[in-house]
Amino acid sequence: MRRDKLRRARRIRQVIISSLIGLAIIGVLFAVTLGRDIPVLDTKGLIADQQRDLIFITFVLGMFVVIPVFVMLFAIAWKYRAGNKRAKYEPEVDGNAKLEALWWGIPILIIIVLAVITAVSTHALDPYKKLDSNVKPVKIQVVSLNWKWLFIYPDQEIATVNYLNIPKDTPIDLELTSDAPMNSFWVPALAGQVYSMAGMTTQLHIMADTPGTFNGTSANISGDGYADMNFKVNALNETDFKTWAAGKYNSNAIPLLTESSYAELAKPSHKNPEKTYLLSDTNLYNKVVMKYMSPGSSK
Amino acid sequence: MWDTLIDILFGRLRLSDFVHDPIMAGAGVGMVGALVLLIIGLTYFKKWKWLWKNWLTSLDPKKIGVMYLLVSVVMLLRGLADALLLRAQQATDVSGGLLTADHFQQIFSAHGSIMIFFVAMGIIFGIFNLIVPAQIGSRDVAYPFLNSVSFWLFATGMILINAPLVVGEFSAAGWLAYPPLSELQYSPGVGVDYWIWSLQIAGVGSLLSGINFFVTIIKMRAPGMTLMKMPIFVWSAMMSTVLVMFAFPILTATLGMLSLDRLMGMHFFTSDGGGNPMMYINLIWAWGHPEVYILVLPAFGIFSEIVATFSGKRLFGYTSMVVALIAITFLSFTVWLHHFFTMGGGADVNTFFGIMTMIIAIPTGVKVFNWIFTMYRGRVRFTTPMLWFMGFVVTFTIGGLTGVLMSVPAADFQFHNSLFLVAHFHNMIIGGVLFGAFAGFTYWFPKFTGLKLNEKLGTYAFWFWIVGFILAFVPLYILGFMGAVRRLDHYDPSLGWQGLFVVAGVGVLLLCVGVAFQLLQIAYTIWKRDAHRVGSDPWKGRTLEWAMPTPPPEYNFAVIPTVTHRDQFWVDKKHEKVLTDAVYEDIRVPKNSGAGIIVGGFALLFGIGIIWHIWWMVIVALLGLIITLIIRLTNDDTEEVIKAATLKKHDEALKRSAA
Repeated sequence: MRRDKLRRARRIRQVIISSLIGLAIIGVLFAVTLGRDIPVLDTKGLIADQQRDLIFITFVLGMFVVIPVFVMLFAIAWKYRAGNKRAKYEPEVDGNAKLEALWWGIPILIIIVLAVITAVSTHALDPYKKLDSNVKPVKIQVVSLNWKWLFIYPDQEIATVNYLNIPKDTPIDLELTSDAPMNSFWVPALAGQVYSMAGMTTQLHIMADTPGTFNGTSANISGDGYADMNFKVNALNETDFKTWAAGKYNSNAIPLLTESSYAELAKPSHKNPEKTYLLSDTNLYNKVVMKYMSPGSSK
Repeated sequence: MWDTLIDILFGRLRLSDFVHDPIMAGAGVGMVGALVLLIIGLTYFKKWKWLWKNWLTSLDPKKIGVMYLLVSVVMLLRGLADALLLRAQQATDVSGGLLTADHFQQIFSAHGSIMIFFVAMGIIFGIFNLIVPAQIGSRDVAYPFLNSVSFWLFATGMILINAPLVVGEFSAAGWLAYPPLSELQYSPGVGVDYWIWSLQIAGVGSLLSGINFFVTIIKMRAPGMTLMKMPIFVWSAMMSTVLVMFAFPILTATLGMLSLDRLMGMHFFTSDGGGNPMMYINLIWAWGHPEVYILVLPAFGIFSEIVATFSGKRLFGYTSMVVALIAITFLSFTVWLHHFFTMGGGADVNTFFGIMTMIIAIPTGVKVFNWIFTMYRGRVRFTTPMLWFMGFVVTFTIGGLTGVLMSVPAADFQFHNSLFLVAHFHNMIIGGVLFGAFAGFTYWFPKFTGLKLNEKLGTYAFWFWIVGFILAFVPLYILGFMGAVRRLDHYDPSLGWQGLFVVAGVGVLLLCVGVAFQLLQIAYTIWKRDAHRVGSDPWKGRTLEWAMPTPPPEYNFAVIPTVTHRDQFWVDKKHEKVLTDAVYEDIRVPKNSGAGIIVGGFALLFGIGIIWHIWWMVIVALLGLIITLIIRLTNDDTEEVIKAATLKKHDEALKRSAA
């Protein structure tokens, strides 16, 4: 009797201590998380909005398996603990066709649902798909360099380094390549990422639905200055964007991006400040892609 | 003239390659110091001969298994030290300073490569060596000498991956060294070559081991043990070796092509000259995804054994479990593209690979339910292996959920290469492979030593691991949602990420405390061995390894058991089957062979030569290797006979001392 009591007291103490530790962990995690920017959930773009919804739907579907697993794990482990002599003991049972059919069946059903969602969403959110909109898209060509981002606006005939100005509510057609190791272009508030690779073009279509400044980054290691390959995306009102682009185009104060100044820019460098160029050759992007097409020419 | 001679003699190796920054130099000096101490100790206690005869040249899979585990434990400490440095950098110094970017990148590249190739793989092959022959009622593996060669190639790879601490540098291109970053143009130094050749040499060892254990399981099972009567761990090992045999040649070929690019200026994976880095990324993951299952299937097997034993009940749904293992084995070759949905694949391609990935969740989920229902109407004893099992189910389920989130391509675009991904795969590999290894280690330790690991210290270790694990990886999931990518040596302080990195760092520290408790647990158990001594069947085991004497003799079983049931030992005990009229026969056991370690030595010379472009050394090493193998393979006197009478005497003595 007495031993049972002691045991019970110890068990209660253990439960209290572990709950306190658990609460402390949750408290600390909240303290270091609250108030921070969470762009993957707090989205500002047409694509990222849908990707966030997709994440939620998948999460909820997953919970249909995770919650039963946790409940059954702890309930069964507790009930059939060795100390509980009243529980049934059937050492020779080695299966049950009905139960096993149940847990082959239920996950299969969930995965069928998820597979349909996957097929639909993968096509709907294909980064290569043009966005539906009445507004004329803005075309921007992205070149990842060691270790900075070059954004070419062929129609506006300007180019920027480490910042990207876009008009909001306007589809942005991005073409991406690299004149350096592989990088990944990621602006989590606007859309998921796509790789940029030398000698090839990948595509991404994005649209901001709120004005503001968002963080962009390279998500794939590319060498020494990789951690500094960040850029700002400024989503402007349409008129502001036009004023900005025209202002740069008509300015005499900004340098010209020629083949030689591009070669200078492409040299490895760290922490490049934001910079704007006037584009001298609207075909620059294609030249960057094509220079990898003949042997040894990239050296 | 003089310069040419130096070039010929030393390739591209120069004295300046020995100069390192203080942190690396410290690690290098520490490593060399430990080695010197070991050598002095061995000499002082006159243990060289003992070491050579009993361990280094032994072909006994149990001894080879122990050596695998030893290497893995040391490498776990190295990998953990790397992890601590990475987190220390990210938690303390947001503007960069403790480590340079290059050094930071070398450390995470080393951390990943070491943890997968020299910790996880070592543990898996170590446990195969110790358990597979015993569970199938065999005295040995199919090819005992090949087994020794495999181990020494593994050890050679281990030495090569640690050598950059002393001479040269390691790869800074990540644990899978994606080109074009890993090509000469962007990584001209020896770092990537160290990475290539340590993996290449260890990889050949893994492939040979895979073949060896597959053949062992197919050909050397005790009479009566049909495939469907094999212990489930053996099934998991067999499926794992099937994956090894199909996946590792891909790795070998891929690394081979990358090294041709680097050594001979070829263009398999360069951006220009007709090369294509996307090909590498496909190939490396065609190996890399199955590799995950090579590691985790045996862990599934271990947990299946443990949950049945400690529930005192037969495994629930054995056939389902086998079907699930086979399904996972097959499916694991159909999902590699999910590692790069973001490479610009079309929607149809991404959809296919996304759905195939989700399908793997089905057999895996079935296994989880079967484990849980093995406890149903059982008598569950919560020993430390069972604690690891509970921890495994919880962490693995969470990892499975985050994995399914990333299997949806459109959602993966937001998770790829972020810290969310990093948290996910640590969730699977720590929660799955490592917890499985810990559970298995605790479970089988008494079988081979006669000592039961101290339960109290083991429980402490478990809780530090669990709490440390939560603190180390939940912040990474959150950081992923905040847009933090992996492999950052510094970040903008205004993002407010530092608090989360500090918590993650504290988590790693707690993990280290957990490891310290595990080491203490082993040391304390051996120190107070009389208090921890147990018989040959301390857990009420179910399978044949528990029928061996403890510690098992070189030949495992004096008389090979005959199998009629799945849980043979459990059934034997129930019917109190006694072998009164055991019929002893002459048996043959392999003689020791030094050829394995010599092959390893030549492989090491070959590796050093090819990394540093010392061509005479490469030629000498290759010749030496071939000659050693010819000498060994033409030697017919490789076995010795234990006479039936000797065997009988020995066996009866063992039984008397056990009784």
